[in-house]
Amino acid sequence: MILKGKVYKLGDDISTDHIIPGRWFHLRSNLPELAKHVLEDVAPDFASTVKPGDFLVAGKNFGLGSSREHAPLVIKMAGISAIVVESAARIFFRNAINLGVPVLMCDTSRIMHGEELEIDLAGGVIDSPARPGERITFGRIPEVMLRILDEGGLVPYISKYGDFKL
Amino acid sequence: MGKTLSEKILTSKSGGEARAGDIVIVQVDLAFVQDGTGPLAVRVFESSGFQQVANPNGTALFLDHAAPSPARELSNDHILLRNFARRTGVRLYEVGDGVCHQLVAESLAGPGEVIVGADSHTVTAGGLAAFATGMGSTDIAMAMALGKTWLRVPETFRIEVSGTFQRSVAAKDLILYLIGLIGADGATYKALEFGGETVDRMAMPDRLTIANMAIEAGAKVGLFPSDETTRQYLGTMGREDKYLQLAADPGAVYERTVGIDASTLEPQVSCPHTVDNTATAAQLKGTRVQQAFIGTCTNGRVEDMAIAAAILKGRKRHPDTRLIIAPASRDALQKAIAAGHIQVLLEAGAILDPAGCAACVGIHQGVLGDGEACISTANRNFHGRMGNPDSYIYLASPATAAASAITGEITDPREFL
Repeated sequence: MILKGKVYKLGDDISTDHIIPGRWFHLRSNLPELAKHVLEDVAPDFASTVKPGDFLVAGKNFGLGSSREHAPLVIKMAGISAIVVESAARIFFRNAINLGVPVLMCDTSRIMHGEELEIDLAGGVIDSPARPGERITFGRIPEVMLRILDEGGLVPYISKYGDFKL
Repeated sequence: MGKTLSEKILTSKSGGEARAGDIVIVQVDLAFVQDGTGPLAVRVFESSGFQQVANPNGTALFLDHAAPSPARELSNDHILLRNFARRTGVRLYEVGDGVCHQLVAESLAGPGEVIVGADSHTVTAGGLAAFATGMGSTDIAMAMALGKTWLRVPETFRIEVSGTFQRSVAAKDLILYLIGLIGADGATYKALEFGGETVDRMAMPDRLTIANMAIEAGAKVGLFPSDETTRQYLGTMGREDKYLQLAADPGAVYERTVGIDASTLEPQVSCPHTVDNTATAAQLKGTRVQQAFIGTCTNGRVEDMAIAAAILKGRKRHPDTRLIIAPASRDALQKAIAAGHIQVLLEAGAILDPAGCAACVGIHQGVLGDGEACISTANRNFHGRMGNPDSYIYLASPATAAASAITGEITDPREFL
């Protein structure tokens, strides 16, 4: 599958407290309200500028910190179709996959804010029509996670198989 | 070929050979959520059509982050969790019982168990040689429903500690130093395994402090071997029957070994806004703090209250510095009262918060004002963590936090004790 979208670019060490600050703890059972605050302390225009299908691109250790699944959830609710980062914190990575949001790891230094990208999920490559020939390859997602992603997340996966399958 | 602690536990719980890099399905001994992650887990559990949990005795809900609740929405989340506990027969720990990780250590965890919790500091139980790791609400909902989960067996960093700590230097300084050394993503996806003569002599509260912060280096688990100290701790908590002696095999393969000489360490502080941004307390002399916070799953045990009380005895907090104390559990609070520590701290001008997460998560009981700085014994100093993006968090040991409360600026505790 080829995903097409525009890049919203962030830097290194974006924590779960950046993605959805703890001061909005009381909104966790009111997801539409919670989602309005996505990334507001580091990227106040994120929620208003991102369009469905866009990509969130960042540097190293994206999503470090808390286990709050609300972090990838509000990013998904903003319309982001894939997260492309230098590296991701373990719990965030697993949470995003469980929600059916691919997290791709590669060198993101050349990707620019606002540029259009084409991501070939199965092929493992990212192309930028503006920079032909500058193809970026991303690391393989483990097989078990690919199957969860294929089903659209862990809930549909378990509904289909009834159990974990290796 | 010998096995690491992770490989040993996951081999036992998966019923097959588990080696670093393998993906295994493991039986879960304990799955838990707290009030910030529990409501989503319950909704996922129920909307997936599950009605009963696989193992009610091995499932727990903790009301600790918003405790007591400061808002109607959170009170309603608590009702949702209480109703779920009533329906399914799982364990529920009420407001005021304490922080989930401290309660897991005190009353649930045992060596060799697999523990998954919807909270990143689930790693704390690694101090008791449990393979304990944090996950999100959906993963925990499925672990509750199925009694199992999948895991990638991590590669291991061996942290070999030798030497004796200097006066007023302790476990917190060691783990802050280690994170400063390897970086906040230095051990991402890896297991940290602690060993060496200093670890062999280390008391359980110190092991829990260190294991608690394994996640701050990105690690999946922070494991200690189990030994006589573990057996005695379990005995004190009334469950010696859970004891199992566990250690890595002599020929275990480590991706990296880091040696630390504890005798060379000075009191450490993590500066805003990442945990690996470390300095010594002495280097930060002159940094004003408007709040000192002693508590949390990292350093809210009775032993931590004892250290703070020893420094603050007969002294007063600085008039411009609030001193907030939050024991990590009801047991820690009661023991600190019985030992006289709480009285000493109150006489020094402290505010006593209920047992729970208190000011750590930025919800209540100590939210910082604009431009304010806090010296905290917690585990995380991220931008905005304590409820205000225009504030600054410095992480340190209870000794350093107590000394800083007296002077109103970051202070090396060796000046007092």
